[in-house]
Amino acid sequence: MAADITKLGVKATWKDLTEGMIIAGAGTSKEFNTGEWSTDKPVFIEEKCKQCLLCTPVCPDSCIPVKDGKRGEFDYDHCKGCGICVKSCPFGAITMEGV
Amino acid sequence: MAKRDRLSGNEAIAIALRQINPDVFPAFPITPSTEIPQYFASFVANGQVDTEFIPVESEHSSMSAAIGASAAGARSLTATSSCGLAYMWEELYIAASNRLPLALALVNRALSGPININCDHSDSMGARDAGWIQIYAENNQEAYDNMVQAYRIAEHESVRLPIMICQDGFITSHAVENMELLEDEEVKKFVGEYQPENYLLNPECPMAVGPYSITDYYMEAKRSQAEGMRHVEEVVLNVAEEFAGISGREYGLFEAYRMEDAEYAVVMIGSAAGTTKDAIDKLREQGEKVGLLKIRLYRPFPAEAIAQALKGVKAVAVMDRAEGYTNHGGPLGADVMAALYRARSQALAVNYIYGLGGRDVRVEDMEGIFATLKQIAADGDAGETYRYLGIRE
Repeated sequence: MAADITKLGVKATWKDLTEGMIIAGAGTSKEFNTGEWSTDKPVFIEEKCKQCLLCTPVCPDSCIPVKDGKRGEFDYDHCKGCGICVKSCPFGAITMEGV
Repeated sequence: MAKRDRLSGNEAIAIALRQINPDVFPAFPITPSTEIPQYFASFVANGQVDTEFIPVESEHSSMSAAIGASAAGARSLTATSSCGLAYMWEELYIAASNRLPLALALVNRALSGPININCDHSDSMGARDAGWIQIYAENNQEAYDNMVQAYRIAEHESVRLPIMICQDGFITSHAVENMELLEDEEVKKFVGEYQPENYLLNPECPMAVGPYSITDYYMEAKRSQAEGMRHVEEVVLNVAEEFAGISGREYGLFEAYRMEDAEYAVVMIGSAAGTTKDAIDKLREQGEKVGLLKIRLYRPFPAEAIAQALKGVKAVAVMDRAEGYTNHGGPLGADVMAALYRARSQALAVNYIYGLGGRDVRVEDMEGIFATLKQIAADGDAGETYRYLGIRE
């Protein structure tokens, strides 16, 4: 039986956790918000963006969604705030404190 | 129908395991537990079990393989002693925190150094906080009976924790005693099939085991793990009751021997309890009100029940077959004294370190302990509470 991880989050009580912290069931990474423990977030400045899409493939957490050939807003539920996207942008369209 | 036989403690454990027919048994030899996998390997070779027997290169590996097998959905176990258990240190915590109900047949032996192959409890006492259930035996019969009951406790849905079935190295592991064995079919029926809810080899539901747990989760994870331990006492008693139904032998959290009106009591673990019973029988004949509380379940520690059993006692000696190097005594002493304190007991308690590295404990030694307790009660003062039994000064 797949584990219910809907209650997992930094506010979860000990009773909300799965027994032995096991995660049963596949494809659960979408449901688990790994971004909640990041301390810094990248900021997308749309007017500076040329839609070159260099940022999208370098994101380790697939947090830059692309639709109809254009990138959209960051998926902050899964962004860990690593800052690689900031470094990859030639146009200064992504900013982040300390990067 | 029970069968009478004469067996060593290691043979008795191996036979219990043959009757249980576990799925996976990785093993690495170490004195005095070597005979358990040795006897079991012959059962494998003879086709008496269909267990996957894995000779591995170390105890670190035997426990790792047992954990992997258990996570995969198998009923697994291993056996070890002393430094072998120490070498499993890291894995013990992994097994418990992953809530894997595997078993460890432990034959208690002193930890080095100085190097020594004989009995004391320093190995399993070192692992007392690892999150494993620990059950101890006085004799070969108890070792066998505890092994038969082990998986029923560990695998219980409200528990799901690993279990250590301990017996005294050489004293019971190699000494041959008359004992009663259950029929193979009876054991098979009693233990039942292992049906884990989630397991790695389940193609219907893939599973992740042992995920990284950051600071936001770790404490909640440990509290959740403790919940399994909170159910152990009740499960141990229920399983024991059912076991009595097929064996006629009764078990509890501990054995209270001639404690009904006892004024002076000894609390101890393991084979020296038999010696203490002889001393008690002799002293009772002389009209002394003496008794024994022999711990069977040490982890979790049934503190309230123990304090209740010691309620009417004037003086108590807690016997530790392991040093704690606290300058105050050993681990059992600390646990029992904390239990007495919480119960607001007025009993005068002392803690003895005894039997280290296989040092013999004689009936006269235990008579001496009771004489000391009587003197302590008469003086109304426990004096030095951290003592050594029979040390050459």
